[in-house]
Amino acid sequence: MNHALTLITFIPIAGMVVVLALPQAMKDICKWIAAAATAVQLLIAIWLYRSFDTATTAIQFAEKHDWIPSYHITYFMGVDGISISMVLLTALICFISVFASFSITRAEKAYYALLLMLDAGMMGVFVSLDFFLFYIFWEVMLLPMYFLIGIWGGPRREYAAIKFFLYTLLGSVLILLAMLGLYYYGAQSTFDMTVLASNASHYSTTFQRIVWIALFIGFAIKIPAFPFHTWLPDAHVEAPTAISVILAGVLLKMGTYGILRVNFAILPEATHQLAWLFLGVIGTINIVYGAMCAMAQTDYKKLIAYSSISHMGYVMLGCASFTAAGINGAVLQMFNHGTVTAMLFILVGVIYDRAHHREIAGFGGLAQQMPLYAGMTGFAFFAGMGLPGMSAFISEVLVLIGAWQTHPLMTVFGAATAILTAGYLLWTYQRIYLGPFNEKYAGYADLTFREAFTLVPLAIIVLILGVYPHAVLGLLNTSLVHLNQIVLSTPGPAVALLH
Amino acid sequence: MDHPVSITVARYIVLLPLIGATINFLAGSWLQKTFGKRAISFVGCGVVVLAFILAVRTFFAMLAMAPENRFLLDDLWRWIDVGGLNLEVAFWLDPLSMVMTLIITGIGGLIHIYSTGYMHDDESYWRFFGWLNLFTFAMLVLVLGDNLWLMFVGWEGVGLCSFALIGFWYKVLANTTAGNKAFIVNRVGDWAFVIALYSLFMALGNVGHPTLVTREIAKYAPLLAGMPGYLGMTMVTFVTLLMFAGATGKSAQIPLYVWLPDAMAGPTPVSALIHAATMVTAGIYMVARLNFLFSMAPATMTVVAVVGGLTALFAATVGIAQNDIKKVLAYSTVSQLGYMFAAVGVGAYAAGVFHLMTHAFFKACLFLGSGSVIHAMGGEQDMRKMGALRHKMPITFITFLAATLAISGVPPFAGFMSKDEIIWQAFAHGHTVVWALLLIGAAITVFYMFRQVYMTFFGEFRGTHEQEHHLHESPPSMAYVLIVLGALSVVGGLVKIPDFIATYKPFEEFLEPVFASGPTRAVMEAGIHSHSLEAAFGFVTFTMVVLGWLAADFMYRQQTVDPERFSQAFGGVVYEWVLNKYYVDELYDFAVVRPYQASCRALAWIDANIIDGIVNLAAALTVLGAWLSGLFDAYIVDGLVNAASLVTLDVGGRLRRLQTGSINGYLYGILAAVMVILLVRAMLHA
Repeated sequence: MNHALTLITFIPIAGMVVVLALPQAMKDICKWIAAAATAVQLLIAIWLYRSFDTATTAIQFAEKHDWIPSYHITYFMGVDGISISMVLLTALICFISVFASFSITRAEKAYYALLLMLDAGMMGVFVSLDFFLFYIFWEVMLLPMYFLIGIWGGPRREYAAIKFFLYTLLGSVLILLAMLGLYYYGAQSTFDMTVLASNASHYSTTFQRIVWIALFIGFAIKIPAFPFHTWLPDAHVEAPTAISVILAGVLLKMGTYGILRVNFAILPEATHQLAWLFLGVIGTINIVYGAMCAMAQTDYKKLIAYSSISHMGYVMLGCASFTAAGINGAVLQMFNHGTVTAMLFILVGVIYDRAHHREIAGFGGLAQQMPLYAGMTGFAFFAGMGLPGMSAFISEVLVLIGAWQTHPLMTVFGAATAILTAGYLLWTYQRIYLGPFNEKYAGYADLTFREAFTLVPLAIIVLILGVYPHAVLGLLNTSLVHLNQIVLSTPGPAVALLH
Repeated sequence: MDHPVSITVARYIVLLPLIGATINFLAGSWLQKTFGKRAISFVGCGVVVLAFILAVRTFFAMLAMAPENRFLLDDLWRWIDVGGLNLEVAFWLDPLSMVMTLIITGIGGLIHIYSTGYMHDDESYWRFFGWLNLFTFAMLVLVLGDNLWLMFVGWEGVGLCSFALIGFWYKVLANTTAGNKAFIVNRVGDWAFVIALYSLFMALGNVGHPTLVTREIAKYAPLLAGMPGYLGMTMVTFVTLLMFAGATGKSAQIPLYVWLPDAMAGPTPVSALIHAATMVTAGIYMVARLNFLFSMAPATMTVVAVVGGLTALFAATVGIAQNDIKKVLAYSTVSQLGYMFAAVGVGAYAAGVFHLMTHAFFKACLFLGSGSVIHAMGGEQDMRKMGALRHKMPITFITFLAATLAISGVPPFAGFMSKDEIIWQAFAHGHTVVWALLLIGAAITVFYMFRQVYMTFFGEFRGTHEQEHHLHESPPSMAYVLIVLGALSVVGGLVKIPDFIATYKPFEEFLEPVFASGPTRAVMEAGIHSHSLEAAFGFVTFTMVVLGWLAADFMYRQQTVDPERFSQAFGGVVYEWVLNKYYVDELYDFAVVRPYQASCRALAWIDANIIDGIVNLAAALTVLGAWLSGLFDAYIVDGLVNAASLVTLDVGGRLRRLQTGSINGYLYGILAAVMVILLVRAMLHA
């Protein structure tokens, strides 16, 4: 398959076209078309995973065609170890999220069409190796997200949607400017990321730093890194369940992916000098701050949103460590956070669908009424706490064991957050599921088959990656060690701060 | 040790309980409904008993090997292989982990069987056995893991099961709070523990051997000697001190012991298995396992010994004033764990592990005996409402008494062999202060234990008539287990007899290969003295034991001294403090929990109002700017356009008047224009 990446990116678009072409009377089969499109996508992703050669740093499954030759813009797709893991995650989460969408009953045609478009946009970002193409997909993904929150969201959906849209757009503008800067001031005018990366030394140090910071802010908004994170809780609270799943499961990873793909690869010297502050310190703030804010939330979904902020901090800290363990842990954490947090948002959705509210204080003793649901939530909570034997344990340990070698003080804080995370998750679990039963919720059904179907595969992956993390680490290691070597070969920061 | 013997039996010992847990969790509810609780008992107990049988067979196979070859490795698969961190999922059976495996599966198996009686009326029977099996699995991973991360998997895994079983009766909120407290306090310890592992990995990497495999650490640890660490300590001191901090969480030592008394909220078999016999000893196991590292750090060793000694005495004093039958035992456990840490801290590793084993026998017996009492009393745990139970519950009484004699250190019961050894070793290694702490602690131990025996089994019955009517000996499943554990409390210590009596110590000899590193030998040999001195100290200890018993006997059996007046005589304040456990919980609540919660709320407020406020302000300013530019557009830009059109209209209106329609007027105009043109041309040519 020479066109596997094109196929995996545009299969959802094909699905979208079919959904849109359906007559209104057949709107009930929209979801099955979406399910089929994402299922095919997932199958292609699995095929890619199995055919991927883990021993090489070379770009694989590459496709390159001229697109707009006068500006040297190409249609260039390809994957390395970093992106293949994200392709896999995207395909998985999109497939799951289609089933998590079945409770949507309003304007289904438009909903599934937008969902599929979003899917294509995200997939495109991870497989593009031409910066211009990357940017196009980056923008393509914005629009459906805006409508999905703005139309199918909660009471304050318009505020949240506009906030998300404008905030992300601000980031996009910075990325656009940085991209044009790299194009015009480079050794040759090109958007080809692989060429840009090999010409890294051509740019002056000051130019590198300015572009680096512009790119960082653009990506940091997506992660979201402190202090650009406040759109996330609002977006999550208003977004429908499946959109939260995609938002937390895939979208946030585009931020850290962008940093690795663009900042690290194209501007290694600036990365080497600035990462300790922008990724290390801010990442550590994310970890601690997110956990502490989560502790104080009264809305179940907002709490999970803040926990996402906290967990994405580990990714940043791992990237800043410049050790093989840390950077591998960071990308593994991206994958693991995707699966765990998807579970968490589905679980929040389960109770919201029944109770139509998310006030933690309003629940109590649900384990008696919904034992399966409580059990599955317990599983996901302990996965979120990084309990050994589950996937997030491996990635957090790798991040911290790596970070300890370069930033011990930050690592101390990062490690301490394991206590805080246990604190807010256990306390939440106690208030919602344990203790005396609140009779108001008598008669609630336990997990339905469909809900279990969205959760169980994720749970199995969480367990498998806990005992056999090599399944994903094997993909990453070669590419990441190579990338890390490139960064480390440049001159480092003048003052070894916070060492 | 460089070439461990390859085996495959360890994986079955570990996996059997996991299989039991999986069956119970996935199908237990259905099994219980379809085949009754016996199916659950069969699966739940069967897997552990089977694991025990395998462990015993392996033990005898090990005995048949030469001592220096008793290192067996069961390698399963490559777990992590990134950045120099190469870890296998592999199990390491050496004499130390063999002893632990026998305790876990043996005592654990007995407690499983006991639970079939104790938990018989619980509707979530299957859930209980699921967690108990999972605990056994995690505990086995902890002791058998061949590297420190795998050990940590078990370490946190047992914490999870402990959490779930403390809060097993989750409908009562207080039980779940106790579970949360246990888990979170343990995570504080784990924080220190993981940082120790990060440092150790980095330090070994710096000397060219990045590894966390225990046997490799043993090999390369000497290279770390003298390496500077953090905070002015050497690397080895830093690492071991943090590891010990981790152990204070799991093994309930000062300052992190606070969760263990609350953990008594769980069903009594859980208290016996997890919070007495196995999990809480993980810290001692860890220190013993890494003895080669601890022995290189005399400063850490002193800290371990002193903290152990302090905890032993401190917890014993709290035990005096408790009226809850299980709380007494909980503080007793904290205290006895202190003895074990004192032992490994002074360098008497084998004595620490020995006490770990005998303690597992008699403390499990005590807890299960108290469970038998609680069972008979219909859930009552207050000893002030008990009394005279020895007539109605003879088996429980006799076994409880045997275990009490054991913990008291009465010869030749099991506890005498191990505890006397520890107290002596503390002195022999020159830790006089620790020795004094342990000695006083020993007297208090006897006092609170006999206070418990007298309050529960002697005197008059002080409960309700209904309770008295229902008093009964426990069912066979429970009684037989008590008999086995009672017997072990009597004879279980005979595997190591004090040197001044006879030279018979197969237990110590069995463990010897584990404690063979250079620094450990040096530390252990520092404590060798003459047998006559040891005998003299043994006599001193025994005197203290008798004194403790006499005090309890006077106050609680003969009642010639009124404990009320006695406590008043010391000043009511002291009693108040002891009764309220020195207000440590309140202190932690005031100094840590509340400030933390307040700062979380403050941060969340800042997040919602200041950081998000700035975002919203930026948005508002943009809107304001848009509105202003809208005004500018409407009134100035559009004003100019409108002005231009107005002017045009106006000019047009005025010019229109020129259109008179009179030919004469136009002709004059044309004439005038032609004249002007000619005039201009003429001027230009000139």
